[in-house]
Amino acid sequence: MSEENLTLAEVHEVADPMRVIQEKLRACMQCGTCTGSCANSFAMDYTPRQLWRMVQLGLTDELFNSKTFSLCSSCYYCTLRCPRGLPLTETIHALKQLAVAKGIAEKKGARFYQTFLDTVRRYGRVREMELMARYFMIMKSPMLPLSFTPLGMRLMIKGKVSPEMPKFFGPGKMDAIFRKVKELEASS
Amino acid sequence: MKYFYYSGCSLEGTALEYNISTQAVMQALGIELIELEDWTCCGASAAETLSELLSMVLPARNLALAARMDQDCDFLIPCSACYLNLRKVDEHLGSDEGLLEKINEVLNEEELSYQGGIKSRHLLDVLATDIGPEMIKAKVKRELSGLRIAPYYGCQALRPYGGYDDPEQPSCMEPLIEALGAEVHPWRMGAKCCGAGLMTTKKEVAIELTSALLKAAKGADCIATVCPMCQMNLDSYQKQVSKTGGENLSISVLYLPQLIGMAFGLGEEDLKLGLNMAYTDSLKAKLAEYRVGITHQ
Repeated sequence: MSEENLTLAEVHEVADPMRVIQEKLRACMQCGTCTGSCANSFAMDYTPRQLWRMVQLGLTDELFNSKTFSLCSSCYYCTLRCPRGLPLTETIHALKQLAVAKGIAEKKGARFYQTFLDTVRRYGRVREMELMARYFMIMKSPMLPLSFTPLGMRLMIKGKVSPEMPKFFGPGKMDAIFRKVKELEASS
Repeated sequence: MKYFYYSGCSLEGTALEYNISTQAVMQALGIELIELEDWTCCGASAAETLSELLSMVLPARNLALAARMDQDCDFLIPCSACYLNLRKVDEHLGSDEGLLEKINEVLNEEELSYQGGIKSRHLLDVLATDIGPEMIKAKVKRELSGLRIAPYYGCQALRPYGGYDDPEQPSCMEPLIEALGAEVHPWRMGAKCCGAGLMTTKKEVAIELTSALLKAAKGADCIATVCPMCQMNLDSYQKQVSKTGGENLSISVLYLPQLIGMAFGLGEEDLKLGLNMAYTDSLKAKLAEYRVGITHQ
């Protein structure tokens, strides 16, 4: 069987995540409806339409160096309007997952989400103040917390967040679930 | 009418007033909310950027908690991101054959399982479809006449999974606002993005988006929201947006159930109006007048 004739299920078996993404976008005809619908394309280096073309052509270096997918705010306008019915927002998420797996994800976004999930693993729920505290510690940037200080202070005055100190050691509430997910993903 | 109530993490913290006011309004309407003990985070927008399976397992865990409660009802979810995530599970089960098995293999770690079939509904859908403007109007004690409200739907309450309203030009909030005796601010920004999580990671981009929304809301007394993320982006950065835009763009931003509660005659404390970041003096004065109306009735 030639590579061209692989079904989506067979591509999954090959287990190359980039191939799965390419397969999903094969029907993209470059009409640009996604770009015209994107809330954030004004700030991107490559437009969404250009990004899909880079996926199709396998230009992975250019792709992962672009700021485009870290600027997606998941508004789902492109998914809604795509005349081919392609799952474009989900494709962005898949690219973000791949960037993290390859260790090339944009630092700020990836670390924020990693920190987020770490508080979920530990407590089951997100504690907003702790999330931000951990994020600042990981980013090690003295200016970053300052830019959020006025909001943090106002939230504290309103009693919406409590200045709890994060716990860094000991078992987490959702350790078993996170461990099992990792195990299954490693074996697939 | 009864629903499983999934408040989600934000409604325990920065969006506490959304939680309290939703419960107060539902109580006034005689609707039973069944809280799930031991519910956990839905994964928000974080899980989907790191692991596909985790982004399914986290919401599915909550559906599994409901499944073992032997109650035949839908989920009612006020947070748009939670709504998207919980609904996503069932939306994917049909097209992904091995998914349910994988989810259950993980959930088995906590002796939980899910077989699909529980409906996840956004608060706005329940208000507009199940309850409806007539039932709301019947509970109004003091019409919010003279109040002009800009209905803001945001993204994930409508897209990709809606079904109860037009995902581009939504209008289901309008009859609800009119049922309160208030006026709808005519604008075409109701379904536009507020910038969501970019406010944390790409602030300058998100500020552009909120700025466009606040400008279009000029002329309204307040914006009504149905999402804690939209609320936060619209109400917490008004000073910065005004500075960048070179004009005063401050406006009150209230959660829809807070406005419904005001018309029902509930007190500021019942609706936690004091917790909103953007609650202008002019709106405060207007709402105080309505309350005077109630006591004199």
